[in-house]
Amino acid sequence: MSTTSQSSTTHAPHVDTVGDAGATPEHEQPWVELGLKEDEYQRIRDILGRRPTSAELAMYSVMWSEHCSYKSSKVHFKHFADNTTDEMREKLLVGIGENAGVVDIGDGWAVTFKVESHNHPSYVEPYQGAATGVGGIVRDIMSMGARPIAVMDPLRFGNLNHPDTQRVLPGVVAGVGGYGNCLGLPNIGGEVVFDDCYQGNPLVNALCVGAMRREDIHLAKASGTGNKVILFGAKTGGDGIGGVSVLASETFEEGGPAKRPAVQVGDPFAEKVLIECCLDLYRAKVVDGIQDLGGAGLSCATSELASNGDGGMQVELDLVPLRDASLRPEEILMSESQERMMAVVEPAKLDEFMAICRRWDVEATVIGEVTDGEHLVITWHGEVIVDVPPRSVAHDGPVYHRPLERPAYLDALQENGTAAFARPTTGDELKADLLTLLASPNLCDKSWVTDQYDRYVLGNTALAMPDDSGVVRVDEETGRGVAVSTDCNGRFAKLDPYAGAQLALAEAYRNVATVGATPLAITDCLNFGSPEDPGVMWQFEQAVKGIAEGCRELGVPVTGGNVSFYNQTGDVAIHPTPVIGVLGVMDDVARRTPSGWKTPGQVIYLLGATRDELDGGEWAHVKHGHLGGRPPRVDLAGEKLLGEILVNASRDGLVDAAHDLSDGGLAVALAEATLRHGVGARVWLEEVCERDGIDAFTVLFSESTARVVVAVPRSEEVRFTDMCTARGQVHARIGVVDDQTDGIDVQGQFGVTLAELGEAHTGTLPAVFGE
Amino acid sequence: MKVGVVTFPGSLDDRDAARAVRAVGGEPVSLWHGDADLRGVDAVILPGGFSYGDYLRCGAIARFAPVMDQLVPAARGGLPVLGICNGFQVLTESHLLPGALIRNDHRKFNCVDTRLRVENAQTAWTSDFEQGQEITVVLKNGEGGFVADERTLDELEGEGRVVFRYVVPEGGRNPNGSYRDIAGITNERGNVVGLMPHPEHCVETGYGPSLDGLPFFTSILKQVVSA
Amino acid sequence: MGNVVIDVMLKPEILDPQGQAVNGALPRLGFDQFTDVRQGKRFVLTVDGEVTDEVLEAARKAAETLLSNPVIEDVVSVRAAQDEKDPGR
Repeated sequence: MSTTSQSSTTHAPHVDTVGDAGATPEHEQPWVELGLKEDEYQRIRDILGRRPTSAELAMYSVMWSEHCSYKSSKVHFKHFADNTTDEMREKLLVGIGENAGVVDIGDGWAVTFKVESHNHPSYVEPYQGAATGVGGIVRDIMSMGARPIAVMDPLRFGNLNHPDTQRVLPGVVAGVGGYGNCLGLPNIGGEVVFDDCYQGNPLVNALCVGAMRREDIHLAKASGTGNKVILFGAKTGGDGIGGVSVLASETFEEGGPAKRPAVQVGDPFAEKVLIECCLDLYRAKVVDGIQDLGGAGLSCATSELASNGDGGMQVELDLVPLRDASLRPEEILMSESQERMMAVVEPAKLDEFMAICRRWDVEATVIGEVTDGEHLVITWHGEVIVDVPPRSVAHDGPVYHRPLERPAYLDALQENGTAAFARPTTGDELKADLLTLLASPNLCDKSWVTDQYDRYVLGNTALAMPDDSGVVRVDEETGRGVAVSTDCNGRFAKLDPYAGAQLALAEAYRNVATVGATPLAITDCLNFGSPEDPGVMWQFEQAVKGIAEGCRELGVPVTGGNVSFYNQTGDVAIHPTPVIGVLGVMDDVARRTPSGWKTPGQVIYLLGATRDELDGGEWAHVKHGHLGGRPPRVDLAGEKLLGEILVNASRDGLVDAAHDLSDGGLAVALAEATLRHGVGARVWLEEVCERDGIDAFTVLFSESTARVVVAVPRSEEVRFTDMCTARGQVHARIGVVDDQTDGIDVQGQFGVTLAELGEAHTGTLPAVFGE
Repeated sequence: MKVGVVTFPGSLDDRDAARAVRAVGGEPVSLWHGDADLRGVDAVILPGGFSYGDYLRCGAIARFAPVMDQLVPAARGGLPVLGICNGFQVLTESHLLPGALIRNDHRKFNCVDTRLRVENAQTAWTSDFEQGQEITVVLKNGEGGFVADERTLDELEGEGRVVFRYVVPEGGRNPNGSYRDIAGITNERGNVVGLMPHPEHCVETGYGPSLDGLPFFTSILKQVVSA
Repeated sequence: MGNVVIDVMLKPEILDPQGQAVNGALPRLGFDQFTDVRQGKRFVLTVDGEVTDEVLEAARKAAETLLSNPVIEDVVSVRAAQDEKDPGR
């Protein structure tokens, strides 16, 4: 046997303790590799009065990253604060800053909702990236004390025919469905958009809605000295560690750990069980504070709970149940293993907490407690490896004032509109353009995607795609419920980020009102390029201002949301894509207004005026591959009025169907409303053309805002038009629902049959992805 | 009339099944997977969902749950049992029904309103239908392909034990590759029925494509009352 | 510590959509020699100590009652990993 035993396997790897840090101030640390700047590293040293330990360095580096600290976007959020009136605040039970916002929907019910991004992981591993995106947002909703009741997924991909899109899209859709369906959450909407700018940067945004009684709202704070800190759910493994491994190899004396995976893998069954367990815990009132573990895992959960609380926290990291016993403390702190939650529980309630977890076979471990100090102290086998003021980690991260500059290309881009393009004049040409648009990737039927999602589970779905909003019942006795819609036209935002953001807000707002729900609040997912590009930062600020000021004018507060930067390939950023999710309330969702007409003889009205606004729209995109000019005019006062008309009409039974106009304009809206139930329509355009001073092409394809088509029962026609006239709502009778017409007959222009419409609309995705 | 609805870890449509029972005036009784206790119910529904995450095979782990120790002999003794989707999978894994359910032939999860034909209106769960009646019921699954060997299939057909068949348009295919377009079957006695589509999602106007699910539950109500 | 390795395959007459998908994908990657693909499952069961005959028998029973569905699957192999210097992992 050898007598040299320095490298014997019984020698434990060295752990960098607080004592070591104090004693070795000159020790070189890999703060560059961990993404920190020199002044940030120095600031950490100033805060602690010594160099950070390896574990502390890992925590700061991850919590001060763009994703966790919002360092590039924070300064711009003042626009939200500046534009929230007291009246808007009234509806908010929990505002920006918590895991998700919560609004009061009446009758003692509270609804929480939020949208988040999981863009980069979905490009790397489409199925798991999308799946864990759903898992993450659902946990955020759960941690507010709610039962999750629905999900929606705004998805954006590159060119439909590009081979990489054929790699990414099916995986993403399978992941969204695979995770959401297994959780038992109905998927009630979300758009699928194709644009070349997303080729290397697909956008996978995930929204979740949850409901609870007002008194059951839970927050993420740890207070009460002696209260226990419990980690429950899945075991911790090496998921998502990625770059933090450099620290682990730092402290190993012989060999290094195996390469750690950067992709998180989700287990929806574990999350389903966790949902039921949490709901039982809430019902039993044994939870004092609760936080979910998402990005930055334990680092985030412990520091946020402590920071939000009124004291300090002590955690024994070696008590964390591990899937992989070789994990180093730094790795355990950084791990992004899914399906884990952290609760703060009074000692007297501990037994009951554990009993409920046992019933659901959910592993739960006391790993620490709330202290009366002011620091977050983490030990590893008795040695202190973290001793930090939690606020400095979780809330007082760096704040960047990134330079912003209006992009040089913008003037030329805005001057280059569609005015010079030859426009169709004959009926045949108009018909051909309609069919071309209907078959185009953004406008075509998306059943290939949406049929992979369960829309029925929980039995409360009153409306889902392709109707204008998802509508779910919250109260089974009264029918009270909510409607949600997500929208964003990135092309409009590229032309004018301020207007584009307001147009996204307007469209989602309009979609909610179209089904008969009163818009109440919004969430946003701001997808942009690199914040190091002054042009992108300018777009970002413009968009945030647009949203904030738009929300103020519409009276709907921002409840929270997400920022995703660095969506770019090389120098080319995606279009600024501020996705807006609007939530509205209905007293009784049974009265919701569907998008397609069914009853012959009903009169079709077009609400709102049409202007010549083709720039940036689908006709320019599909027919001419063109993006330039100015987006359609924003008219928030008009949207507000239109919304009131639609909500009143729905409640009073004055309309049987309503469909808002957006991409592709009136032509596409009429086609969609006809295809919905296969019932035809006779339409005439002369009156509106004359009133608005435009030609048939313009009325059919312009994308002017604040417009909707409705089907009005003849018996209600006078009441409906009287209401519009009294309120000053522009309206025109443009047609009649007619089951004897095959498809749409645009009088004096063209007729297009249901078969022609259907063939154009439904063939596109199956041709690319198979049946 | 008490109808038990079993909840396994991962069951999803148990609440919907309970709602459907209530809708026809029955009393749903929640049965926990871990309790070997049927609580004196008159009939049992094994609901849809992803019990145990569909791990190993759909229904393969759930079939060994303590509640099944009571359910299997009771079913063999005549207790009416309805297996919906994942419930159907549990029934085949338990051998209360023959055959097996495998991955959809097109390999995607599919949620679609489906046309079915009722081919046996004499079982405990279908007596309120007419023989040959066509109904529209929600279908939503990833592993819905019914398979069995030729001998079993012939036996099922010969004995009239195919309860539901997918209505397939001329030249078309059924939604998941099920052999002989079989959507649901029954045992010899007619008390155990399994089907992939979801009747419990078709019992309330505005929340499903039809009310064609109601007769499943009214049938069992009558069955029990007259038993 | 020993391992028992169990292989389970779908019966030959059962439709294997996943195997078919893989079979379709291989030529796209330049592998055109293969005429069919069947996909199965491999389980690795670990015991303290050696893999004795009793252990193998227990594994076989576990394979037949839980790890496979005899209606659609065959247990095609139950073997001790040590025998073949197969780490089983």
